[in-house]
Amino acid sequence: MLHRYLPMTEEDKQQMLETIGVQSIDELFSDIPESVRFQGEYNIKQAKSEPELMKELMALAAKNADIKTYPSFLGAGVYDHYIPTIVDHVISRSEFYTAYTPYQPEISQGELQAIFEFQTMICELTGMDVANSSMYDGGTALAEAALLSAAHTKKKKVLLSKAVHPEYRDVVKTYAKGPGLEVIEIPYKNGVTDLDALQAEMNEDVACVIVQYPNFFGQIEPLKELEPIAHAHKGMFVVASNPLALGVLTPPGQFGADIVVGDAQPFGIPAQFGGPHCGYFAVKSALMRKIPGRLVGQTTDEEGRRGFVLTLQAREQHIRRDKATSNICSNQALNALAASVAMTALGKKGVKEMATMNIQKAHYAKEAFVNHGFDVVFTGPFFNEFVVRLNKPVAEVNKKLLEKSMIGGYDLGRDYPELQNCMLIAVTELRTKEEIDMLVKELGDCHA
Amino acid sequence: MHKDQPLIFELSKPGRIGYSLPALDVPAVDVAQVIPTEYIRQEAPDLPEVSELDIMRHYTALSKRNHGVDSGFYPLGSCTMKYNPKINENVARFAGFAHIHPLQPEETVQGALELMYDLQEHLKEITGMDAVTLQPAAGAHGEWTGLMMIRAYHEANGDYNRTKVIVPDTAHGTNPASATVAGFETVTVKSTEEGLVDLDDLRRVVGPDTAALMLTNPNTLGLFEENILEMAEIVHAAGGKLYYDGANLNAVLSKARPGDMGFDVVHLNLHKTFTGPHGGGGPGSGPVGVKADLTPFLPKPTVEKGENGYYLDYDRPKAIGRVKPFYGNFGINVRAYTYIRSMGPDGLKAVTEYAVLNANYMMRRLAEYYDLPYNRHCKHEFVLSGKRQKKLGVRTLDIAKRLLDFGYHPPTIYFPLIVEECMMIEPTETESKETLDAFIDAMIQIAKEAEETPEIVQEAPHTTVVKRLDETTAARKPILRYQK
Ligand SMILES: Cc1ncc(COP(=O)(O)O)c(C=O)c1O
Repeated sequence: MLHRYLPMTEEDKQQMLETIGVQSIDELFSDIPESVRFQGEYNIKQAKSEPELMKELMALAAKNADIKTYPSFLGAGVYDHYIPTIVDHVISRSEFYTAYTPYQPEISQGELQAIFEFQTMICELTGMDVANSSMYDGGTALAEAALLSAAHTKKKKVLLSKAVHPEYRDVVKTYAKGPGLEVIEIPYKNGVTDLDALQAEMNEDVACVIVQYPNFFGQIEPLKELEPIAHAHKGMFVVASNPLALGVLTPPGQFGADIVVGDAQPFGIPAQFGGPHCGYFAVKSALMRKIPGRLVGQTTDEEGRRGFVLTLQAREQHIRRDKATSNICSNQALNALAASVAMTALGKKGVKEMATMNIQKAHYAKEAFVNHGFDVVFTGPFFNEFVVRLNKPVAEVNKKLLEKSMIGGYDLGRDYPELQNCMLIAVTELRTKEEIDMLVKELGDCHA
Repeated sequence: MHKDQPLIFELSKPGRIGYSLPALDVPAVDVAQVIPTEYIRQEAPDLPEVSELDIMRHYTALSKRNHGVDSGFYPLGSCTMKYNPKINENVARFAGFAHIHPLQPEETVQGALELMYDLQEHLKEITGMDAVTLQPAAGAHGEWTGLMMIRAYHEANGDYNRTKVIVPDTAHGTNPASATVAGFETVTVKSTEEGLVDLDDLRRVVGPDTAALMLTNPNTLGLFEENILEMAEIVHAAGGKLYYDGANLNAVLSKARPGDMGFDVVHLNLHKTFTGPHGGGGPGSGPVGVKADLTPFLPKPTVEKGENGYYLDYDRPKAIGRVKPFYGNFGINVRAYTYIRSMGPDGLKAVTEYAVLNANYMMRRLAEYYDLPYNRHCKHEFVLSGKRQKKLGVRTLDIAKRLLDFGYHPPTIYFPLIVEECMMIEPTETESKETLDAFIDAMIQIAKEAEETPEIVQEAPHTTVVKRLDETTAARKPILRYQK
């Protein structure tokens, strides 16, 4: 068969069969018993040529309403941010994207150094000592933080704020079933973790307290008040954090967090229907040898030249097997590279400027809603998301917005029965004043 | 003499920028007015300050210090380093795929849901399973997801004593590690001299506490477990489930389906068999397929096709829960789907035939120069042992390093653990005979060097940007970030 990905010619094939000493390729499969042999061909769609397939898939993609065409006020963990053009140019260099894990350091210095730089940037943003080379996403990173806390403290209770992303919470609960951890959800009060409720659940059995900063409602959790409660009984303090927000907010590390995780999607990674994004995982140095996933370290070669290697591998599955700190193998390396390039392009000044713009645009939008008589549900300080109560179901309102070629916010009633008709609105630096005004106008008579 | 590439932080100079943000078009709120002082960062994160060209040059320099499939042959066993088609990259970047939000109303993402649904249908046929979830982000994540489903299945039967997962001694490290994360104990089953699971040993370890047996077939030695139906019978008779690690599916496309071999759960590595690029270590995608009796336990949501189009089904009371925010690594799934549609049924069949032809050809030609521990037809990969060379003072690690001088990525080494001085070679179907021959010649030359001038091999690599690195100090005194 002729195919552009398959270079063997009939002549090659014959020569090779001869070398092997068989008559046909089929003979090479003689070890597969007839009883399990698949006969014939798969009943799947026939192959399409390159231009035909391009055309078909372009049409399929066009069935979706993309957020570059439709201004979107959806956030809830995935954001429409400025992606410096250069990001895609870098990650399109196939020396990066067609490589595998840098197991052979001498020919993988590029990837290794890029990851080392990524680790450094994550440490800078979070105020932590050590960051790994990436996790699948923010949700699984959070789940692994809970597992790490339990393993480290030898305790089994996880206190999880209800103001943490509902899907992240679901993932934590699924992972918790493995080692049999008990997950207790802590209610929120005025949009942030209820300190009294948390205090009431704290005891010697608590492995960790988990909060999000800014939290799912966009509110800035009072880490300063949370930290002493979390640490009162030798449990871990785990903070999930939007790394862009940390361009302006005091990093969790400064408030004494033991583990900081999150998703680097706001840095250079397109929404892509929810993945692949890029989980990050950062810890205080005491946990360095227990961190999940790959770590890159600096060293020297035989001639004293600086170089980079995968290190502390004794934690990992390929060495420790069932005793490994995690089962993660492939991670999100290429997206960590994308995030590195975006963080580099934004740099010291740009990260702050972009984060500040998010605050400013979101606050402008919130004020506009207040001025139009809307009930903004939570009144504490917030980053780029806030909650507005409507007088009808969010899904219905969003349908109407769609007719105006806009994508409305997230329907909180899906996860919080007490927040029926409440919309979580995200306003990033990419939403213009015009778009914000239009949203407020279109929602005009929907205030509760 | 190679020049080091400075760290991006070392290239930084205050006053340079590499971004372009729109001007603020709303009244400028003072952050200090809306955020309490103690929550306002006092010291800016020390990120680089560089121009766009600085960035491009930096990463271009780094890329030149990296070897990918596009740079040269990459016969890394178990990883299926085949060509990554470029059309995949373009399709994944269509705005309608790259820039859609996972929480948009379903009617605005019908194209995405259709693609996911159709990919699931294709994977069901390819694996012979009854249902597929695309949620897991990679192979290991798929393993854990599958094991959690097996656990839920047993528990739903009131069967709480199935605490053990059996893995062969040839298993990949993620298998036992995933078993642990899923709350199981791992039991190892031995391999025979022939490199297959020892049925007597399997009978010995299997029992009422068996939750599952995890297998790759062909196994990590590249050999097809011919007794698979008997193994399935042993495990099923004891009430356990059979788990298929699909990392090696490239060996059996259109030849044998996990579902027909008696497997109950399977994960695939779309970044291997189905050309999602490896990305320097990820992102991957690890869909899981199951037989009907495990379907109720699939993580939620599932993608379904209804009268009014495609939708996400959250109403699944028996689901193990969520294994990932949103719906999986969609961008990788788009690439895999594009690939499957580029190949079609006859193309996928040819993939396996050529992958197996290439591996057997290399194995036969190299068998004269290196020890071949299992002398029978291999599937898509095979293992050699560097025992003979070790006696000459040349270790497999040295051989691997010497290959770097020829411009090749070495095979997987020291895995599987049961083969002394192991080299695991997987050529894949996208490599030409010329490439295979050139690599074989290099291997032959290295075998000769081991005999005649071993120091050339022992001191390799000679041509790379760095020489062998001090991994011991790296682990003993870890430097894991840049500090001024
Ligand atoms: C046999 C086998 N199983 C499982 C895995 C794990 O897959 P992933 O890296 O996608 O988690 C690998 C990949 O290295 C493998 O080779």
